[in-house]
Amino acid sequence: MIRFILGRFAGMILVLFIVSVVTFGIFQIGPIFANASPVFYYIGKAPATPQLVAALEHRYGFDQPIPVQYFNFIGGIFGKSITDGVSQTVQCPFPCFGYSFRQNELVSVLIGRAIPVSVSIIVGAAVLWLVGGVAVGTASALRPGTFIDRAGMTGALAAVSLPIFFTGPVLLLIFVYGLGWLPTIQYASLLDDPLRWLQSVILPWIALAFLFAALYARLTRSNMLETMGEDYIRTARAKGLDRRTVIVKHGLRAALTPIVTIFGIDVGTLIGTTVITESVFNLRGLGYLSIQAVTQQDLPIILGVTIVAALGLVIANFVVDVLYAFIDPRVAV
Amino acid sequence: MTTTAPSSAAAQPATSSAPLLEVTDVQKWFPGRSKGLLSRTGNPVKAVDGVSFTVHEGETLGLVGESGCGKSTTGRVVSKLIEPTGGAIRFQGRDISGLSRRAMRPLRREVQMIFQDPYSSLNPRQTIGTIVGTPFRIQGQKPEGGVKKAVQGLMERVGLNPEHYNRYPHEFSGGQRQRIGIARALALRPKLIVCDEPVSALDVSVQAQVVNLLEDLQSEFGLAYVFIAHDLSVVRHISDRVAVMYLGKIMEITDRDSLYESPMHPYTHALLSAVPIPDPAVESRRERILLTGDLPSPSSPPSGCVFHTRCPKYRTELSDSQREHCRTTQPVLEEKRPGHQVYCHFPQVRTDLIDGQPGPVRTTGPKTA
Amino acid sequence: MSTAQPVTVRPPLSGEPFLSVEDLKVHFPTDDGLVKSVDGLTFSVRPGEIVGIVGESGSGKSVTAQAILGLHKGSRAQVSGHIWLGGRDLVAATENEMRQVRGDDVAMIFQDPLSSLHPFYSVGDQIAEAYRVHNKVSAKDARTRTVEMLEKVGIPNASSRYDDSPHQFSGGMRQRAMIAMALICKPRLLIADEPTTALDVTVQAQILELIKELRDELDSAVILITHDLGVVAETCDQVVVMYGGQCVEKGPVDQLFDQPEMPYTWGLLGSMPRMDRVRATRLLPIAGSPPSLINVPKGCVFNPRCRYSDRVEGRKCFTVHPALEPSTPEHEVRCHIPPAERQQILLTEIRPNL
Repeated sequence: MIRFILGRFAGMILVLFIVSVVTFGIFQIGPIFANASPVFYYIGKAPATPQLVAALEHRYGFDQPIPVQYFNFIGGIFGKSITDGVSQTVQCPFPCFGYSFRQNELVSVLIGRAIPVSVSIIVGAAVLWLVGGVAVGTASALRPGTFIDRAGMTGALAAVSLPIFFTGPVLLLIFVYGLGWLPTIQYASLLDDPLRWLQSVILPWIALAFLFAALYARLTRSNMLETMGEDYIRTARAKGLDRRTVIVKHGLRAALTPIVTIFGIDVGTLIGTTVITESVFNLRGLGYLSIQAVTQQDLPIILGVTIVAALGLVIANFVVDVLYAFIDPRVAV
Repeated sequence: MTTTAPSSAAAQPATSSAPLLEVTDVQKWFPGRSKGLLSRTGNPVKAVDGVSFTVHEGETLGLVGESGCGKSTTGRVVSKLIEPTGGAIRFQGRDISGLSRRAMRPLRREVQMIFQDPYSSLNPRQTIGTIVGTPFRIQGQKPEGGVKKAVQGLMERVGLNPEHYNRYPHEFSGGQRQRIGIARALALRPKLIVCDEPVSALDVSVQAQVVNLLEDLQSEFGLAYVFIAHDLSVVRHISDRVAVMYLGKIMEITDRDSLYESPMHPYTHALLSAVPIPDPAVESRRERILLTGDLPSPSSPPSGCVFHTRCPKYRTELSDSQREHCRTTQPVLEEKRPGHQVYCHFPQVRTDLIDGQPGPVRTTGPKTA
Repeated sequence: MSTAQPVTVRPPLSGEPFLSVEDLKVHFPTDDGLVKSVDGLTFSVRPGEIVGIVGESGSGKSVTAQAILGLHKGSRAQVSGHIWLGGRDLVAATENEMRQVRGDDVAMIFQDPLSSLHPFYSVGDQIAEAYRVHNKVSAKDARTRTVEMLEKVGIPNASSRYDDSPHQFSGGMRQRAMIAMALICKPRLLIADEPTTALDVTVQAQILELIKELRDELDSAVILITHDLGVVAETCDQVVVMYGGQCVEKGPVDQLFDQPEMPYTWGLLGSMPRMDRVRATRLLPIAGSPPSLINVPKGCVFNPRCRYSDRVEGRKCFTVHPALEPSTPEHEVRCHIPPAERQQILLTEIRPNL
């Protein structure tokens, strides 16, 4: 088991390395092919003179050989000094993704502020959609062809086809502006003001969960149907186990295993990509940060968010792999 | 291990001609599972480890053994579906073991294969006509009267209705599907067909139909078969000679009657004694030789004789010094009686295993005399 | 056939049958029509007796087994007739009542031990679970009892293998584990559905030996479902031959193999190559393939494949469904050919070729 985990860990490092190379390649070297200095993407509009461009390129190391640039880029993450937009030297501790000249702030600070928002949205929604989807899917699978099944699956189909920029405003309209059960959304940290935090994230949870729960319901249903036809379910019944034990302990356990994989990937992918949800509910998470950076061509932020998102996905995958090995003893060994 | 050439000559049937297929010391090792992060070298899995036999034109060689003995792998190596790790496969005198795909192509026509599961070996999206006609297309052959006519002729020959030319595999029963597989194998008039458990998945009554068909086709087209099966009764019925395999090696190889009436290897004894006979009177007086323990891993076979860990004779009859010999010295497959090769240090003829009575098998039915 | 026939079989084994199946029917409604998987089956099993149910695929033998365990309850299957188990009719029992029976009074082992064991739980836990459903014991006691049972079925180092997953067991060991699971509550009836079909012959011999030993020890009744007449001859006391969802012949094993009377049984025996006879030049297969269970042939279910239907006057085989009638007090046959003529055919045409 330890060997298995170490193997997966090594794989994770390898993937991160590849991601960093590709990211570096696209963002640092890409502009060169477009005949533009990467400096522009760092500090904004073209400076007045070519001399100034050259000076800036030298200051940020763009005149050095590409492998050296990559090494500086990676090394920089572990901390360095940076000259900010007002020509003052700032200490940029680990994890350092550089300095946003647009927002006059360290990228790590910006990201650090956005992460709790994104994580709050994603984790809550994930729990909701997992529980809801699995419950609906299981209920459907146990009574295939009945009213429950049809209602569940039709609902799932409807939910899957409704985008968040529709469900989001509808939820706001009903609960905030219509019924007035919730105040207008104003994010607060969970530690500072738990109630406010909950009020601000509950609607995003529902909107996001709605979309994913539908998918999980269908997935659970088909997996569960297949599992309930397995020989070992017949064995479980032949032992005299009650229906609940057969379904939950023997059926769901096996049916949910493939869902764990997809769940991990889904959650990992959402880090940095909940753009629409954050926009609709006016939350400043990673998605919002990155979309803002893209429109402003703020390269350091884009780089930082990309690496954080990749890290999130890779860690989620690692956790899934290890979890899977614990669930299914055939995987490891 | 290398088999000595002279001894194998006598194990061949009376026909004096050169063998159609000559397999010499063939090995198939699969790479073992890696043990660590960096090292890729686990012990190799010795699925087939030094197998030698010959098949003559029109002859059936039965290959029996339990699951994991390497009989199916041997079949796949012989029909060149997979490459052997070592040894030589001579077909009509020519070594085909190292031939490239392209060089093999003309020979593919001569060696065909029939599989156990007729359903999974037929493409569900192709009609029977397409499936049976594929060999013609691949080989670029244009049979007289066109492919369709040739295919329908084949279908008729194997007992399928030629009008079902445009049907799909799922519309046929298991026995019929196996007939489709046979028709496909027969299309290019091969000289040798490797049959891998061709009747194991079929019901008894249908199994008999297919066995009869295979026998009819053999005499009609002069086919040679390598017949791989775990059912010793069927193998006895269809084979001229039989090889018994265990852990990638041949334990015993001889003509059919010698093998069933005077088997010499303790493993063959155990196998024969375990086959239930459909006659309660016979069953009540037979001795059952039960093997103990599990099949050892083919990646780390036992030292000396590979069978000694489960050998009933080793356990109960041999002296300590004899056991020592079994544990340390690998036996050689050699002729112990004329035409009867055995891989055993202490072989012994037994004649009482099948019907529980010493002497040859009864020559008449029980109560008609 | 008439309703609820009295049990005519009276073998030397005395004692009331533990299980009596009377006119059992299991029908499945499908889009293509009603599938009559089991259609009027009657047989019984006494304690300590092994009854073999033989037949080809689709003959209804496995469906029968599952019906006895009530596994069709909650599905669309229509089950009628009676399954008497120690005075109770299992056909009428509720799912909850059946749950008490399963694994306790009646246990079952299946054909493929790998797919029949849950891949995620250890072998030991799965066996212990079967014990704890019907016995209020601590986890520790259940474990002790499981290890005991694993030892009894011949698994070496049982206590250290308790925590192994099924995939770490060999095929034979897995089936031993399944047997341990089935016998841990000392059931009075064990149903073994093709228990050795997926196994090698040498392992098959061990497993059949084990089933016989445990039968002797527990005095359980055993139903052994198989397609292999050799296995029946080796193991069983009574035989039920099934074809197209019906019993076509039944009787004590010696009589059935010595004096088989139904053409289908003849066909089965003729189809099998036999190691204990001089090698026949040709096998004698049954022509055609098993019947559709939706459009069951009129008259005798075997008539499309029977070579002897012309020996019966007035095309009776094609119009009248034959009843299962005693040929000797213990031996029943479903066939229109008059008994004397059947004997004649057996002597002159069948036996010389077997």
